[in-house]
Amino acid sequence: MAISISHLTKRFGQTDVLRGIDLGVEKGELVALLGPSGSGKTTLLKIIAGLEWPDSGRLVVDEADWLQLAAQDRRIGFVFQHYALFPHMSVRDNLAFGLTVRPRSARPAKAVIAAKVEELLHFLQISHLGDRYPAQLSGGQRQRVALGRALAIEPSILLLDEPFGALDAAIRRDLRRWLRGVHEATGSTTIFVTHDQEEAFELADRVVVMGEGQIAQIGDADAIHDHPATPFVARFMGATVELPVTMQSGRARADGLDLTVLPRRALPDGPAQVFARPEDIIPQPDPAGPWRIISRTSNGANLRLVLRHPDLGEAELDTPRRAVAADCMIADASMRLRIAFGTIFPGDRRNPAPASEPENIPQLEKTP
Amino acid sequence: MDPPFRAKRVLPGFTLSLGTTLLYLTLIVLIPVAALILKGAEIGPERFWRIVSSPRAVAAFRITLTAAAIATVFNAIYGLLMAWVLLRYEFRGKRILDALMDVPFALPTAVAGLSLTALFSANGWFGAVLHPAGIPVVYTIWGIALAMAFTSVPFVVRTVQPVLEDMDPALEQAAVTLGARPWAIFTRVVFPTILPAWLAGCTIAFARSLGEFGAIVFIAGNLPFQTEIAALLAFIRLEEFDYNGAAAIALVLLGFALVLLLVSNLLQYWAARYREDSR
Ligand SMILES: Nc1ncnc2c1ncn2[C@@H]1O[C@H](COP(=O)(O)OP(=O)(O)OP(=O)(O)O)[C@@H](O)[C@H]1O
Ligand SMILES: [Mg+2]
Repeated sequence: MAISISHLTKRFGQTDVLRGIDLGVEKGELVALLGPSGSGKTTLLKIIAGLEWPDSGRLVVDEADWLQLAAQDRRIGFVFQHYALFPHMSVRDNLAFGLTVRPRSARPAKAVIAAKVEELLHFLQISHLGDRYPAQLSGGQRQRVALGRALAIEPSILLLDEPFGALDAAIRRDLRRWLRGVHEATGSTTIFVTHDQEEAFELADRVVVMGEGQIAQIGDADAIHDHPATPFVARFMGATVELPVTMQSGRARADGLDLTVLPRRALPDGPAQVFARPEDIIPQPDPAGPWRIISRTSNGANLRLVLRHPDLGEAELDTPRRAVAADCMIADASMRLRIAFGTIFPGDRRNPAPASEPENIPQLEKTP
Repeated sequence: MDPPFRAKRVLPGFTLSLGTTLLYLTLIVLIPVAALILKGAEIGPERFWRIVSSPRAVAAFRITLTAAAIATVFNAIYGLLMAWVLLRYEFRGKRILDALMDVPFALPTAVAGLSLTALFSANGWFGAVLHPAGIPVVYTIWGIALAMAFTSVPFVVRTVQPVLEDMDPALEQAAVTLGARPWAIFTRVVFPTILPAWLAGCTIAFARSLGEFGAIVFIAGNLPFQTEIAALLAFIRLEEFDYNGAAAIALVLLGFALVLLLVSNLLQYWAARYREDSR
């Protein structure tokens, strides 16, 4: 089913948790909600499920106003972060819960339910675990049961809150692929929450980046990676080096920085900031360069250097340890820095560009 | 030289504290119980049986058990409700009510007995209404049950409350998204979760009711065969310097209590069977 959310707001006491969310999700789409802790992802998911109610805004699903509909009647599959399996029920009873709890008139016959549960156990590849209690399962197995329990009611929409949050990396990767398969098999509209970028980009058709109760950007991996809409998104995507620059007819300039590879931007002349990832900054030994190396650490493959500029401040960067020039990257060496990739935002450090209003940010100029 | 290997304990001075605890337990629990059993054994099975099967003793046991059962059924429901209300609702005076829940623990039982008698006697606040309506409380088994219920209700509330509080709200939310209505959520998700604690609380409340004395003697009227409880009968025998008679009755009460504890543990074990980890 297609979901359409507009102007949704929610506050808890004094905190604005959602500050005007607008989001449309197509039928059968797989969307990731990505954002730091406390950005309101779970709250948004719970409002869609009917477990929380917004203060204002609209939630329309296939033309129906879902704010008029009780959670029980929405037929949502919700997978909780810590699974929330019923501890006193066997795996079978957990899977069957959504069916056995229906009013008598709508409840399938016992045999039908049992068959459905068998089918689910098989589909989840946990046929041998049907009689166990949740306490006797591993994290990955619990996750499967939680998903199976949600799928048993043949939900119109599947919502997953950090489905793999509590699992180790190898199992995460497995389950990720498996969830993608489940999504393709069931075709249900799916929204999942995560704060793992890799997970979001690998799994989702579209990624919604949330920050402080607002949607900062919507797009696919490449778009968000290459063209972050706000400083917040840039930082969240790993561009942790922020340096002050000066705009001059669409070009950024700064002492000791080579910014020539960055595309022109239609920004007014004056102060601006460049955001770059540590690995996209290339150090170049230069006896006259204004940057001084103040620390150097190695993780084997890469050197992590911290450099200081008398006016611009500090910059942290990663460079391959086996590179030719690495030998002269020693403490106190003088350097120039080339920014191979970065994004320019208007404003300076004391007066940063508004993080939460993407419409204020001019679009990236097309380079001819 | 390395010191010889010793397993590390979590508690420092574990051996000492274990020793102290065991000694204490022996002194104040085991020795009295053993003395009671020896005293009973001294009587010999035949006389023992004659004492405990005398009509007056049988009536006292019947009254005690019946009243305790009534009190426990009442507390099982009311205590659960109370724990629920104290956790799930916000209202003015909630903290005060929560604190009041412990009054029966703190109040001397004689004070409780006196005030209940004053309230429910024919000219007391409640008695003035109940008595004309043909529901006498004072000097009946209902009065005994009332006193028992009053003194034992915190056991149910205070055992259920923490378990209910610790329950993951996501469990109920999961049930909601799966289509469960409030009643189904309570009967199929919430209640099974608190069942072991609830059973434990009810059993302790029952055991406590069997042994209650101070609060009851004021309100019961203590008529042999009608409102005389077993603990009082043992006390009367003792006053008559009939140590054997007192010990025999006390032993039966002890037996009830032990059986109850056993049943309670079995029930809890059964209700919590799903907690077993696979090994
Ligand atoms: N029931 C509640 N009462 C009060 N405040 C709440 C409640 N639920 C959430 N909040 C607050 O709302 C904000 C957003 O919470 P939410 O759980 O939606 O964040 P999140 O994006 O899911 O974070 P995380 O990644 O840590 O799960 C937080 O500041 C949180 O403290
Ligand atoms: Mg969350």
